[in-house]
Order: sequence, then structure tokens, then C-alpha cells
Amino acid sequence: MRLIYTFLIFFSFLFFNLFAKDISTKEAEIFKNIRCLICQGQSIADSNSEFSQTLKLVVKDQIKEGKSKEEIYDFLIEKYGEWIVYKPTFSKNFILWLLPYIFLLLGGIVLFLLIKKRENTKTN
Amino acid sequence: MKINFKITLVLITVSFILFVFFLSLGQKSQYDTRDLIGKKIDNFNLKTLEGEKNITEVDLMDNEYTLINFWASWCSPCRAEHKYLIKIKNNLGLKILGVNFKDKNKNAIDFLNELGNPYSYIVKDNSGKHSIKFGVYGIPESILINKDLIVVKKFIGPIKKEDLELISKILKNL
Amino acid sequence: MLSNTGNTLIFINIILTLSIIYFSFQFLNKEKRNFGVKKFVELSLYQTTLSLIIFFTLILGFVFSDFSIENVYRNSHTLKPLFYKITGTWGNHEGSLLLWINVLVFFSYLFLLFNKKSNHIFLIYTLLIQNFLILGFLLFLFVNSNPFSLVVPKPLEGLGLNPILQDPALAIHPPLLYVGFVGSSIYFSAAVASLISGLTGSEFAKKIKLWVLISWCFQTLGITLGSIWAYYELGWGGFWFWDPVENSSLMPWFVMTALLHSVMVLEKRNMLYSWVIILCLMTFTLSVTGTFLVRSGILNSVHTFANDPSRGLYILVFLSVMIFFAITIFIKKNKKDHYIFSGYSKETFILANNWFMAFFLFTILVGTVYPIFTEVLTQTKVSVGPPFYNITIIPIVIPFLLLMAIAPNISWIKDRTNNLKKISFLIILSILINSIIFHFFKSMSLISNLIIISSLFLIFYTLSDFFSSYKKKIYLVPSRIVSHLGFGLLIFFIGLNHNFSIEKDFNIKVGEKKSVENFLINFESLNLIEKENYKAIVGTFRVDNKKNLNSNTLSPEIRIYSQPETLTYEASIRTRLSHDLYLTMSNINRTELYNIKFQKKPFMMMIWLSAILISIGGFLRIFKK
Repeated sequence: MRLIYTFLIFFSFLFFNLFAKDISTKEAEIFKNIRCLICQGQSIADSNSEFSQTLKLVVKDQIKEGKSKEEIYDFLIEKYGEWIVYKPTFSKNFILWLLPYIFLLLGGIVLFLLIKKRENTKTN
Repeated sequence: MKINFKITLVLITVSFILFVFFLSLGQKSQYDTRDLIGKKIDNFNLKTLEGEKNITEVDLMDNEYTLINFWASWCSPCRAEHKYLIKIKNNLGLKILGVNFKDKNKNAIDFLNELGNPYSYIVKDNSGKHSIKFGVYGIPESILINKDLIVVKKFIGPIKKEDLELISKILKNL
Repeated sequence: MLSNTGNTLIFINIILTLSIIYFSFQFLNKEKRNFGVKKFVELSLYQTTLSLIIFFTLILGFVFSDFSIENVYRNSHTLKPLFYKITGTWGNHEGSLLLWINVLVFFSYLFLLFNKKSNHIFLIYTLLIQNFLILGFLLFLFVNSNPFSLVVPKPLEGLGLNPILQDPALAIHPPLLYVGFVGSSIYFSAAVASLISGLTGSEFAKKIKLWVLISWCFQTLGITLGSIWAYYELGWGGFWFWDPVENSSLMPWFVMTALLHSVMVLEKRNMLYSWVIILCLMTFTLSVTGTFLVRSGILNSVHTFANDPSRGLYILVFLSVMIFFAITIFIKKNKKDHYIFSGYSKETFILANNWFMAFFLFTILVGTVYPIFTEVLTQTKVSVGPPFYNITIIPIVIPFLLLMAIAPNISWIKDRTNNLKKISFLIILSILINSIIFHFFKSMSLISNLIIISSLFLIFYTLSDFFSSYKKKIYLVPSRIVSHLGFGLLIFFIGLNHNFSIEKDFNIKVGEKKSVENFLINFESLNLIEKENYKAIVGTFRVDNKKNLNSNTLSPEIRIYSQPETLTYEASIRTRLSHDLYLTMSNINRTELYNIKFQKKPFMMMIWLSAILISIGGFLRIFKK
């Protein structure tokens, strides 16, 4: 009974949370995802370089124009290549995105089989 | 039999990974956008240095080829490549569009007075924002386009003697 | 002079290592054995002393600025403070390799000393394998990365040390990391020795337990200090960048953590032997892989060493030999072991821990090497950065935290207790506290909420374990409690830090003010200062807190170092227990305007302390022994 009660609370809480708005600003998120090409391993949010400062201006302009995140990324990828975004696009890099989860699943299956097999041998 | 399959799989995976690592040793480690050619440049509309009129992509469509060169008076590699730009203009007859990047007008004009003016058109990009549309990330950088406004070649860093030969080859091939 | 001494000593050390290998073979061949283990202890002691002397020779070169040594010439300068002259010794590829060899040799000697009386065949096999590793790296040092190479003619002045390497945290974190992941070499050797000599099962677990623990503790501490260094010195306000170099230190850590837990199963229940062996072999393999990725320069990183493909090639060959050798031995010698698992037992939960660890490891490994694969196979360069790791890893951390809370209380073999009451109570409590944070302070994303709830659950659960054991007067091992608590706190504070940070980017002139949330930032003045090895523009900012009328002065700098000429941006950071104020400035296009990045980062101090707590747990266990 307690358990059911707990899960009720838990799920009502989850439901309530779905309406919470994402507070991280679009601008900061985009800045963090764009690589400063002339730096070593920095995003333009972290960098003070000339290139980063210019790029920040351009991104700000495009946000004002009402462009979506994806449109801005596409624009930059077309000009500078995939190297410029830290979050690889899913369509071209789905192997990268799926591999960890495939591995997680396989691991889970192995673990499950291992326990199941042992339990069987024990009951036999 | 099952064990053998597993072992083979492990061995193949490991060998493959190590082989890829081996191949990667030969790759250049610095990234540049030199490979991003074959795309059409964006439309643009930029004021000339004197501010009298505007230059747009349409102005470049009459030329068989145009070299777009991004430069500034404060950039020392630009100084180094300048003599080659003049050679390109004089010997190859290629028209060059100079984009003056984040510069002061006076300094830019002084620079040209001192070293000569290789440009057929000079426009200014005070904020640097327009250069982003050309995929520029540091100057000097130069882009060779054809009359369809397609990027044929990109030069990252100062133009060198070899680049001069490369450009003349491209021009002769037509 | 020093150069010749160094080279001669390295050469002698190679001979010494070869002789240990030779005597090991003799010892293992029963007919020729006419000496005892004592001989090896002696030889190893010479080897250790010699390695130390070589290292000190190089340090002397740095202290006295002997620029005839190329390494000193490239990485030092007469005007450097003495402290940074010394730390510069391991701030470069060659010097750090020497440090690496020292750790290999030290662990070899200590392992021998601690296990003098145990199974001699196992012991000498371990020593043999370890000395092959030592030999490999000594040859690498001597042939390809010689720290004592000469420059002719002798330069008058050195090129100087990269300014971002001139930091106390940087001075100590590489040595700690090396003790961690190079230390793992000893259980690589021991695992191979175990396969060959047949010393298996819980006996083997007892032999390696201490060494796993030691390397894990140092690795944890090293990663933490590296992160602190990145936070203070790189000056971007972050403390973890998912950079290839950081990932290379994290990957062995995950295997070590998995190993730390599985070894318990092997010791107590005599199960999972093959799995433990695999983990032992993997830890050092991943350490060397990481070194390959970092030192070959094939990955673009914040921390790149000078790139040199020939180094990469050497490490790669070494790595390949190591891997194929280990796999061959494993296939030939590994016996299938039998075990009985019950679904609800500590063993099962430890396996689940290993499953999560494997997932974290695999994700980071894939993310790190993926760009290499795309470049080689499809000729496109791709960046895999923080968004990838955050999106894939963070959701999985949630069940992991829950597991981590419950698992330690499950008993071995089969558990029959019922903790449902306690679990539901603590879950409700965690949700409640989270809701308070949520309502009274700030809304957060769903994942953030779940992270905070699960980390709170882990914290409470661990604490309640501690108190109930205290009541019952069965004093639990505090090390587990401390480490798990540390981890819970770490995730909790990272969660809060992530959600409650204020970050603002703006342009401002001297004399102007800017209001950011409840802070008022006054740009008071700009001064030029000249120091021993750099010039700097120092800004003075007064940051007033409008709520509690507190006021702090922050002075970020733009430094121009003279040797080598580099421009660096020094952040100004005010650290409090509850939050850090963080400010950097940079000039905009040589105008009067300055770009200011102001951040309020809550609980940074708590994040460091939590991470240190994790390693303290480990140290507690070491000293208990």
C-alpha cells in the first residue's frame, strides 16, 4: 500500500513537472554548442577570441530574426562543417548516439541471463 | 565453437580499432574549412570603403573567376601576402574583391597607399558579421569563386607562391 | 654534464631491468634456480633508486637552468620562480614519461616487498610482466623521448613554460593521476601472472585488493585536482569539459571503480574470477590507450602536448603488443568458472554496478574516439562535446544513484530483509525537499529534478545506514559510507550548481555600472602592472549584492607573458562556501569597451569537497589495514 502511495506522489510530481519551463536561455545554449574554431577545445561561450565575439553577434542577430536553434546550426555547419557544433547531428551520426544505448541494453540482457541461468541451475 | 566465435569477434574489433588509430596518425590535426568547396556563396550587399555605393554578388557574376580576399591593416600576415595579390592582379588578370575586416577606414587606406592596391572592388565589414556568411574564421583568408558564384578553392592563411601557381592553373583550365 | 649523467643512468637502468627479466626466467626455470626472492628485492631496490636519481638529475637540470638540455631549454626560463622550474620538469612529454616510469618501478618494488612471503611463482611472474612494461617505457624514453637530449650550441636562455601550466594545482595533479593509472599496471601484471601461475580465486583478490584501492584513491584525487585546475586556470567558469584528456583520465577510473566492487565478490564469494581478470587487464590497457590519444596529438584538446606522430606510433605498437599478448594468455589459460547467483543478493547488485560502470565507460570511449573514426573512414571532422555526454549519460545516472543507495545493504548470497518502508519514506522525503527547492527558488528541467531527488535519496539512505549501524553498535566500514555519501553530495551539488548559476555576458567601459539579477557591478578602474615574468592590465570591479549589501572587489587580468609571448585571461574568483563569484574581462577590438563575463556559481567549494570525500573513503580503507 505504501508503495502505491509513493508512486502516486511520484507520478503526480512528474506530471506537474512536465509543465515546468526550460529556464536555460536559448542564446547561452547555442553559444555553448558552437566550437571556437581558432581555439583549443573551447566553445564560443568560453572564448574571448575575435572569432567568437563576431560569431556571438551573428547568432544574436539570427535569434532576433526568429530562427530556430536547428536553423542556426545548419547555417553554421554549411559554412564551417560539422566540426563547429559540439553536439553531432543525429541524422548523420546516429551510430554515435545509439551505440551507448545498444551497449546498455546488451549489458542488461547479459546480466539478466546470468542471474536467470544461475537461479535455474540452483532450483534444478 | 561458440567461444571461437566470441574470440574472433573480439580480435577483429580490437584489430580494427588499432588499425584506425594507426591510420589516424597520418591525418592532419589542425582543422580548417579548405574542404568545404563546391557551395554557392550567400547573397551579400556591402558598402565600398569610400561608402559611395554598394557591391553585391551580382557584380561578380560577369567575371569568369573572382578572388574574394579578407584582410585588415592590423593583420601582419595580410602584409606578407599583399605582394602576391598584386601579382595575381597584374599577371593573371584576376579580379579581386577585398573585404576589409574590422578595420578603420583611414588605416585601411594608408595600408593600400603604402603597399599598392590589388583590389578591383573594396568593401568593408566593420562588425565582421558579414564575413561569417562567407565561412571566414580568421584573416587572411581568400575564396576563389566562378561566375556561378560557386566556391572553387579556399585559401586559409596568407596566399603563398604555390597558391599563385595553383590559381593560374585553375584559370587556364577553362 | 647532467645530460651525460642522465643518459648513462637511463642506460644502466635498461640493463638492470633486462637483468631482472633474465633472473626471473632463471627463477621460473626450476633447474636453474639457485637463488631466492631476496635477490629480486635487492635488484628492484636498485632499480627504484636509480629511477629516482634519474628523475632528480632532470630536476637539477631545471633548477640550475642547464639549457644545454633540450627539454630544459624548451620548457624553462631563468626568470621563472623556483617552484615552477621544478614543476616544469613533469609539465612536458619527456619529463612526465620519466615520472610515469618512476611510478611503474615503485609499484613493482612495493608489490614485491608486500608479497615477499606469498606464492613465489605468482610473485615472480608479476615482476616479470611488470619489468617488460618498464623496459618498454624505458626504451621509449631512451630512443624517442629522451629528456636529456643536447642542444648544440648551448642556448643562453630558455623558451619558457606555458603560463597556464604555472599553477600549483597543475603541479600536483599529474603526479597523482600517474600514481592512479600507471599504478594500475601492477594488477595488469598480476592478472597475467595469475592466469599463468594458477593462483586464482579469492587468493588472487586478496593480492590485488590493496593496489586497486590505492590506484583508485589517487585517480579520484587526481581527477578532482585536475578539475580544480581547469576551473581556476583555464578561466571559462566550467570545471568539466568532456575534453579528450579529461576523458582519458576518467575511463580508467570507471574500470577501477568496477574492479573495486567486483574484487569484493571474488574475495568473499570466490566468484567472477574471469571478469575481475578482464577488468584488471582493461584498466591499464585503457590508461595506455588514453596516453596514446593524448600524446599522439590526434585529438584536438585543451591540454595537448607537443604533437609528434612518431611518439604515437611507438605507444600504439606497445599498446597492440600488450593487448594481443593479454588476449592470447587469457584465451589459453582462462578456465571457465562456475557460480551461483541469486537475483536479490549483493553479488547481483555489484554486477549491476559493473553494468553501469561499463556503460559510462563505453559512452565516453565511443564519444572520444568517434571523431577519429569519422575522419579516417569518411574524411569528415566531427566534434563530440559536452552536449553529447550530458544527454546520453545524465539520465542513466538517476537509476545508478538509486542502486548505489540500496545495494550496500543487501546481504551476500540471498537477501530476505525488506526495506520497503525505509525506501518509501526516504523517497518521499527527497521529493519533498526537491519540491521545496523547486517552488521557493527556481524551476528546473525534469531531468534536473530527478537527479536532485535521486542524489538526495542516496545521501539520506547512506546517512540512515550510518546511524542505524551506530545505534545497533555494529560499526559499519566507514569507507563505503563516506565514498557513497561523497558521490551523492557531488551529484547533488553539481545539480544545484547547474541550475542556479547566473551567467551574464556584457560590454562595459571604465566607470560604468551594470545590474545583473541582484548584483550591481561597478567597473571602477583599470591599471597596468608589471611583474617578473609578465605584464598585465588589471581591472577593478566592485560587485555589490543588493540583497544583503555585501560587497566584493574582483580584479580580473589580461596578462601578457614574456617567455613565451602569450596572452592569457585571468579570471578573478571569490570563493565562499555557498557560492563563487567569477569575473573575466577581455578587450573589444582595441576600443575602450571591455567584454565582461560575470558568473555566480553556487556550491563550487562543496563540489570539490564532495569529490575529495569520495577519495577519503578509499584512503580510510587503506589505513584501516
